[in-house]
Amino acid sequence: MNAPVDFAKSYSSAADSLTGYRSFKLGSFGFRRDEYFAHITWTTRDGRPLSHTMDVGAFLSALMRDVAWGFFYGGVNFDDVIGTVNHYSSVDLQAGHFNGTMKEAGVDLLENFPTDQIRVVFEDMLDDWTNAGYDPFAAPQETGQPYGRKNGHNKAAITRARELATRCVGLKDDLALRTDDRGAPVNRQFADVPQDAPELHPEPGFESEVHAFNLFAFLSRSQVTWNPSFTSVVKHSYMCPTTEEHILPIMHSNDRVEWFFQMSDSIDWDCADKTTGKPLARVIMKAGDMAAMPAYCRHQGYSPKRSMLLVWENGSPKLVYEIANGEAPEVPVAF
Amino acid sequence: MTVKYETKFGSMKSYEKGRVEPISDDVKHYAFSNCFDIANKSKPYEKVVFGKNQIYVLEAIRAEGVSPWFTCAHDEFALNMDTDVEVHLIKLDAAQTVPNTEKNGAVLVQGEPQGQKMGWMKLKRGHQGMLPKNTAYQFRAAEPSVLVLQTCQGDLSVEKWADICQSA
Repeated sequence: MNAPVDFAKSYSSAADSLTGYRSFKLGSFGFRRDEYFAHITWTTRDGRPLSHTMDVGAFLSALMRDVAWGFFYGGVNFDDVIGTVNHYSSVDLQAGHFNGTMKEAGVDLLENFPTDQIRVVFEDMLDDWTNAGYDPFAAPQETGQPYGRKNGHNKAAITRARELATRCVGLKDDLALRTDDRGAPVNRQFADVPQDAPELHPEPGFESEVHAFNLFAFLSRSQVTWNPSFTSVVKHSYMCPTTEEHILPIMHSNDRVEWFFQMSDSIDWDCADKTTGKPLARVIMKAGDMAAMPAYCRHQGYSPKRSMLLVWENGSPKLVYEIANGEAPEVPVAF
Repeated sequence: MTVKYETKFGSMKSYEKGRVEPISDDVKHYAFSNCFDIANKSKPYEKVVFGKNQIYVLEAIRAEGVSPWFTCAHDEFALNMDTDVEVHLIKLDAAQTVPNTEKNGAVLVQGEPQGQKMGWMKLKRGHQGMLPKNTAYQFRAAEPSVLVLQTCQGDLSVEKWADICQSA
């Protein structure tokens, strides 16, 4: 790793004497927070200074997902200006690059960083800017405020490990079921979800192969919102269900087709062109509905009540390159 | 005071379908369907593809009565979305397993399944069962129900997108 050169391009400041927060620099980008906002600054390609402001709660919720997902699949847009693009060993940080107007005006900027470098800066920023009592992984009704001056930290909330089954939840040596004892009580908005386990009647010797679990009960005990976790795996087909409440804190521009299967309640999705941000469609999903997200769109969901969503991913490492080469379609089926 | 919430699940008898509201796109690109709607229009144990990503599929299956015996060279998983379904499993003798270990998707077991009984399970709504590779499995449902199968596209997979998806 060429760390000495690359890491010299990023640093954090001492704590600000008034607000108590550190500011950060990553390549040509600067990050600073005050009592209400995150401020992002950069120098445009033709040398002019430009800045962007986000509500700090919205910024930290987005940063939380990007950190927890290891930059995820494809583009993670914090809003219609700021975001990252995952290349799986390096990551682009961009401002205005996927905003039609800013791109046309030439005021956008995109810089590529080794994954380890951007990860360290993002983790430090998330830690420094998240105060005691605020959980950026929770829905707004479940947690305290992100606002005000520096006040402690919430390391436990921001360092939760991503939960990934290798074959199926509940199997021996695989991702464990969620229980009260493991610190995963039923969420208040899923209090009516049945918690009974499937009846299993294995013959002697087949106890580990005759296997089922209560997926809806497992999800009712999710401690976080908008966080796809693997529950069952067939080759590179990953079931990644998650519980959703309030707004998906990012707009996701996948580099491949993904599918949504709504398992309870409802979510409304805004879909827009991932290159320009131009609105394309609204997708209104209720229990039992299935929809593809074409690889050309970016999407952001709104869930009025905590709901159960199955995100279905093809995790094949070849797929992104097949789409880029035109070998894989951006639309999954034609009819 | 505790606020009460009602979690809304669907069933073949009671579901509400959403839709794509187009702004500047072709709604067909979203392949929008509903598993209860599909099951209501399907034959028992017809494996209707309602999600497809290259070789991988999700199938919406109407479970009603006793299914044929299926087997597969890779793991599959069945998620029950409606009323109770039993799954019976037999460890297939080598002669009846899929000869090509790389073959994708489920096939019908030829003749009666031969092998050791592994046991059975009862899946209620929201329960997901594993269908381990090289076993024979059979579904039994007293009342019509809906299974979502996580698998690869195979010989028995039925694609009829125009019949199941919103087109305008």
